[in-house]
Amino acid sequence: MTEAARYQKLKEIVTIYLPEDVAVDMITEESHFINELNINSANLVDIVLDVEDAFDILLENEDMDQMQTVKDALAIIDTKLTKTS
Amino acid sequence: MSHRVVITGLGVCAPNGVGLQDFTHSLQHGISGIRFQPRLKQLQFSCQIAGEPLIKDNVLQQYFTPLQLRGLNASGLVYGVIAGMDAWKDANLPLAPKETPDWDSGIVFGTGILGADKFRESIYAIDQGNTRRLGSTSVMQVMASGISAYLGGMLGAGNQVTTNSSACTTGTEGILMAYERIKSGRATRMLTGSCSDSGPYLWAGFDSMRILPRNYNETPEKASRPMSATAAGFVPGSGAGALVLESLESALNRGATIYAEVLGGAVNSGGQRGSGSMTAPNSEAVVRCIEEAVQASGIHSADIDTVNGHLTATSKDALEISNWSQALKGVGTDFPYINSFKGLFGHCLAAAGSIECVASVLQIEKGQVFGNVNCEDLNPAILTLVDPIKIPRKTILHQPKIMAKASFGFGDVNACVIFSAFND
Repeated sequence: MTEAARYQKLKEIVTIYLPEDVAVDMITEESHFINELNINSANLVDIVLDVEDAFDILLENEDMDQMQTVKDALAIIDTKLTKTS
Repeated sequence: MSHRVVITGLGVCAPNGVGLQDFTHSLQHGISGIRFQPRLKQLQFSCQIAGEPLIKDNVLQQYFTPLQLRGLNASGLVYGVIAGMDAWKDANLPLAPKETPDWDSGIVFGTGILGADKFRESIYAIDQGNTRRLGSTSVMQVMASGISAYLGGMLGAGNQVTTNSSACTTGTEGILMAYERIKSGRATRMLTGSCSDSGPYLWAGFDSMRILPRNYNETPEKASRPMSATAAGFVPGSGAGALVLESLESALNRGATIYAEVLGGAVNSGGQRGSGSMTAPNSEAVVRCIEEAVQASGIHSADIDTVNGHLTATSKDALEISNWSQALKGVGTDFPYINSFKGLFGHCLAAAGSIECVASVLQIEKGQVFGNVNCEDLNPAILTLVDPIKIPRKTILHQPKIMAKASFGFGDVNACVIFSAFND
């Protein structure tokens, strides 16, 4: 999977958790999930589960703590995929 | 200062009608919501019938966001949100703006147990060592107050937001809790109601107690027989009812439609003493509860012209009638009109009180007393106290002026509320 494809896939996951007043095109690689995209912190757990399913990887609690921005998430996904492949 | 309290909104999600229009039509024409449940047969229940609201899938998107719908597996929560939001809309009230709660509006929305199916789903995951896979929605779907929490967020309610629980008394008790809060001036509007899940996990315990009818699996619509000589036990049900209670000043100021006034009421318990037990009401407590409700409402017992009983369709129905007769000091043709809606949708457990209060208030709005079904063979013990003309078997034209509604629940708990047609 290309980097662009991974980003697209992650964006699709994140979209579902956006509050009504945050538009999809506000998601950038730099976006902070909680502070900028206004995602409820409780939903970060669900994003992690969705990412696990979509990429067939397993994220640890520490991975979750580091996953503050879209970029962080992509980096973690990248690391996990490299490990498993 | 004491405030008068009126009802300005209604919502319902009942086995024989989702929404006021369908529900009213079913009540007026004796249309049953009790159906055969293949799942209960498969699970070898003795009673394989139940009353369950029929919700169309595409309806849910009107009430829940796509995010809220993900992993939603709590039927009571769905019913409660539909009834609650419908009642708020029916009252023509706005949702609070994004940044500021509506400090004057609160919620008392009860249940017995919420999200049983969700809880089951979680238990399976937990037992397989998959706790981390539960996600964020497990807690709010299975906490009892999940229903008031969901509604609270949708409305932006900033006053008291809580969930009460007192078995089959829950819905009626909630109305009185909401009433007291407005009467004392601590809230201007309260959304009140109750909900109960559908499904085997809710109903199994009652089946196991052998208090449900076993011989009507082929004729579900005949199974629930309140006040009948052949009453064979209550038919389990589910759903939700909701009412918007509001101070009279607020209702008049905004030109709201007023369905009825809440004159007062009472709650008590028989303490599981005397004839009372965990499962049977102490008659002395029932009589006292009704008498106290009359007194608290500033009326005379003879003023009550219509009663909606708890009347679950067991042999104990006659005892309930006897308690009403004693409390209201009326027999024969001096007994008020009385009905039980459970003949049409069964016993909706924690949702029973609120669904039946909505139906009662609709009688005031329509100037009718909805007909009883399945009691062509009235219990002879009831006929010694009540003239049959007071137990209409078909919907009749009669404008209820003052109406009493009572609910009784496991734990020997009672609630009685008095409604009146509104006149200033």
